[in-house]
Amino acid sequence: MSSGMRVQAKAKNGVTQVKALINHPMETGNRKDEKTGKLIPAHFIEEVVCEYKGAQVMVAEWSGGISKNPYIAFDFKGGAEGETVKVSWKDNQGGTDTLDVVIK
Amino acid sequence: MSMKRRSFIKHTLVGGAVAAGSLALPQWVLGEWNKTAFEAKSIDEALNALLGSAAMEESSAVKIKAPDIAENGAVVPIQVDVEGLENIESIAIIAEKNPVPLVANFKCVGQGTSFVSTRIKMGKTSDVIAVVKAGGKLYSAKKEVKVTIGGCGG
Repeated sequence: MSSGMRVQAKAKNGVTQVKALINHPMETGNRKDEKTGKLIPAHFIEEVVCEYKGAQVMVAEWSGGISKNPYIAFDFKGGAEGETVKVSWKDNQGGTDTLDVVIK
Repeated sequence: MSMKRRSFIKHTLVGGAVAAGSLALPQWVLGEWNKTAFEAKSIDEALNALLGSAAMEESSAVKIKAPDIAENGAVVPIQVDVEGLENIESIAIIAEKNPVPLVANFKCVGQGTSFVSTRIKMGKTSDVIAVVKAGGKLYSAKKEVKVTIGGCGG
């Protein structure tokens, strides 16, 4: 499945580290279009969720202050090689994506 | 920019296009974005809305990894490490002098999270503040990041 998102998950000593890169403009709504001088509407990811075995392990809430094409990394206790984590996001305009990744 | 979006989620949205500038909240099953906190212009207001309190205590258990000087304020890597605090509920990242200071809040709803890492925009030189909620209390750390070119403008 093609996706605007890349996710890596690695387990070591019972702890899983998750890293994700998402393609997204992350517009704050305060930036002007250089040609028209009009404000570019806000368009940013509000929430990123990571699930493991059907339960949430991380819920990140963001403002437009996260950089364009956002990066997120974190760890959680649990997870082993061959198991799956699911990462999903949704933005303020209703855009959303989700990706299942096998833990390495 | 093209981005694949799941059609079944599209169907749950009412009306399709969101009018420019409006902040109509889409339906979302996984949680509720804290609009008040993420639109607050002051840190106290944001923390009160987000965590129910703005009373925090500086703690060496919270460590911020960030550059001393960020040449490009549009992309400032920030990592927050937490050591020796039990029952971490959340980790918030604040850029003190941004128009909207609260940049991110990571709810550590799983077990044993010890760090979060991301990249933020900074309008100008200011402190970056990490606020960790653990066991119902707020612990903080701050680090100044000098910004050469601000990352909030055009």
